[in-house]
Amino acid sequence: MFGYSMEDVGNIVVMQGFSGLSLFSVLLLMALGLAIIFGQMGVINMAHGEFMTVGAYTTVFLSKMAVEFDIVNSYFIFAIIAAFILAFFIGYFVEYALIRHLYKRPLDTLLATWGLSLVMQQIFRSTFGAKEVSAELPEWLLGSFKPTPDIDIPINGVFVMGLALIVTVGVYLFMFRSRGGLRIRATVQNRMMAGAVGINTQKVDRLTFALGCGIAGVAGAAFTTIASTGPTTGSLYIVDSFMVVVFGGAASLMGTIASAFGIAQAQSILQFFMTSSMGKVSTLMTIVIILMMRPEGLFASKVRK
Amino acid sequence: MTVFLNKYFGGKQGAINLAILAILLLVIFPLWLDLFRLGLIGKYVTYAFVAVSLVLLWGNGGILSLGQGMFFGLGGYCMAMFLKLEASDPISTKIQTTPGIPDFMDWNQLTEIPWFWLPFKSFPLTVFFVLAVPTFLAFIIGYAMFKRRVGGVYFAIITQAIALILSILIVGQQGYTGGVNGITDLKTLLGWDIRTDSAKYVLYFINASLLIGVIILSNYVLSSKFGMLLLAMRDKEERVRFSGYDVSSFKIFIFCFAAMISAIGGAMFTLQIGFMSPSFVGIVPSIEMVIFAAVGGRMSLIGAVYGALLVNFGKTMFSENFPELWLFLMGGLFIAVVMFFPDGLAGVYRDHAKNFNIADWLIARYTKFLKKDPNMLGDKV
Repeated sequence: MFGYSMEDVGNIVVMQGFSGLSLFSVLLLMALGLAIIFGQMGVINMAHGEFMTVGAYTTVFLSKMAVEFDIVNSYFIFAIIAAFILAFFIGYFVEYALIRHLYKRPLDTLLATWGLSLVMQQIFRSTFGAKEVSAELPEWLLGSFKPTPDIDIPINGVFVMGLALIVTVGVYLFMFRSRGGLRIRATVQNRMMAGAVGINTQKVDRLTFALGCGIAGVAGAAFTTIASTGPTTGSLYIVDSFMVVVFGGAASLMGTIASAFGIAQAQSILQFFMTSSMGKVSTLMTIVIILMMRPEGLFASKVRK
Repeated sequence: MTVFLNKYFGGKQGAINLAILAILLLVIFPLWLDLFRLGLIGKYVTYAFVAVSLVLLWGNGGILSLGQGMFFGLGGYCMAMFLKLEASDPISTKIQTTPGIPDFMDWNQLTEIPWFWLPFKSFPLTVFFVLAVPTFLAFIIGYAMFKRRVGGVYFAIITQAIALILSILIVGQQGYTGGVNGITDLKTLLGWDIRTDSAKYVLYFINASLLIGVIILSNYVLSSKFGMLLLAMRDKEERVRFSGYDVSSFKIFIFCFAAMISAIGGAMFTLQIGFMSPSFVGIVPSIEMVIFAAVGGRMSLIGAVYGALLVNFGKTMFSENFPELWLFLMGGLFIAVVMFFPDGLAGVYRDHAKNFNIADWLIARYTKFLKKDPNMLGDKV
């Protein structure tokens, strides 16, 4: 196959598969937030990538502080929390100022949030400069381990994946095992009825939107461990994240995980055997074709009109 | 007369507005602006084709396509391929390893012209492909999506993804498409040098007249029964379907029609500006084209033209003088238009000009003038 021996192919698949897992983790974290927002309110948040960038810049900023106070080894956990909180509150404010006026016009929300993303990108550029910056990583995130001499697995990838798993489990517990999640699910299923039994649906909307943005912030913090951050970093991931959400079937947690996994793996394994652009093209093309045949996505929970 | 006006110009008011636009584009701009500025206007006018197509598709049909740039780009690329083949004759490319093929193919070690370039040796076929390739792509996308009743934000996102795919593909396949630089160094159209000043004027006038023609054609479509159904579909799709109409076929038609209009704009862009590149195909240009239509007024064909002209004029001015401010302004424009002026400039004009009907005003002035009304000519009479 392409001039590689079977053993080589095996190693390549493991290693590319692993780099795919890092991509999978970032995509999953991005898509979780998007899926929650989209499932809840039918709103497409084009600025979602910029919320990720907020998280990434928060982490970078805190890492510079950490270098000054010499606490590089322990700051990262706080950075994740700070990224979540900051993105959460910006999301809360955006919902209040912008999104809630546009619930009846989903296509317009799409345009308005695109405008928001442009503004946010320019704010990043004016504040942090157009150059890409990277965070000082704690020592325990650097390096790699080698289960066999030919396989090289970076630790930061393992960390990012662990983080994604924790967040996913957290989202699951929140959505299906807590009162807050119950309110969200009730509002998704029947907004009027939920309002009638005393759920403040406006407040639920606002919190859901903020939560989705907060998770994007965590995605940004995770992102700093595998790549450097620039003003347009978030926008590079936005289409992929949308594809994950749509492909997985909106409002389905399992579907989101499965499609994030599939898309990330397909991209990184194909990118090794073809050029990087062709790998991406063939993955996206496959998804679009599958979506054309099965528009409700992989795991559809209900029939769309 | 009224029927005729309604059919082709959107009523008396529409006819006057169109006439004003035509005078502006065909008389005032060419007389007032130097060739460089006129070239810029010509470029904006090619974007206006896309804005007009979005008025049909989005304003009237309620279908938001975030991939209109790919139709613009495909039209432009088809034209550019013809011009490039003409520019790469064996004599002017004799320093290449393989003379007679486009320079970027030579740089990428291609030794012969790929098969899908061959039809572009003939001009009639090229014109056919300029119109047919984007329309056909739109048909495939539209057929797959609308027959399965996919619409709204899903449609928007999938068209966006397809635009992304196409732009990555064009950038990635350097040897076949010219890569990120696009197709450059275009010289002649059937032996006629398109880079001279006179050619630029001629192309500008062809471009502007085509736009006027497209607006008249679009008015015709919108004033027909089909236009009425389009509006009905936007507002109550189920009801139209239950009345026995084949909603998906109507949607496919308007999507194809919009793609064709955008492609004409793209082809004219290539002819006027002299190159085509993937930066007009991807996500960002596609969504910017939506904002032209939104600023001008998503329901107004003529408003969309002004939207395209104004936004691009602003873009050129601001990115020349305050590049940092431009993105803020553009983003703010998106938000402000959507939140406060959903009908764009045309809406503002309509609301504030309720008591000031320009057609009636002009006609009243004119009749007064004919009657030598003393009020008009003042104290002299």
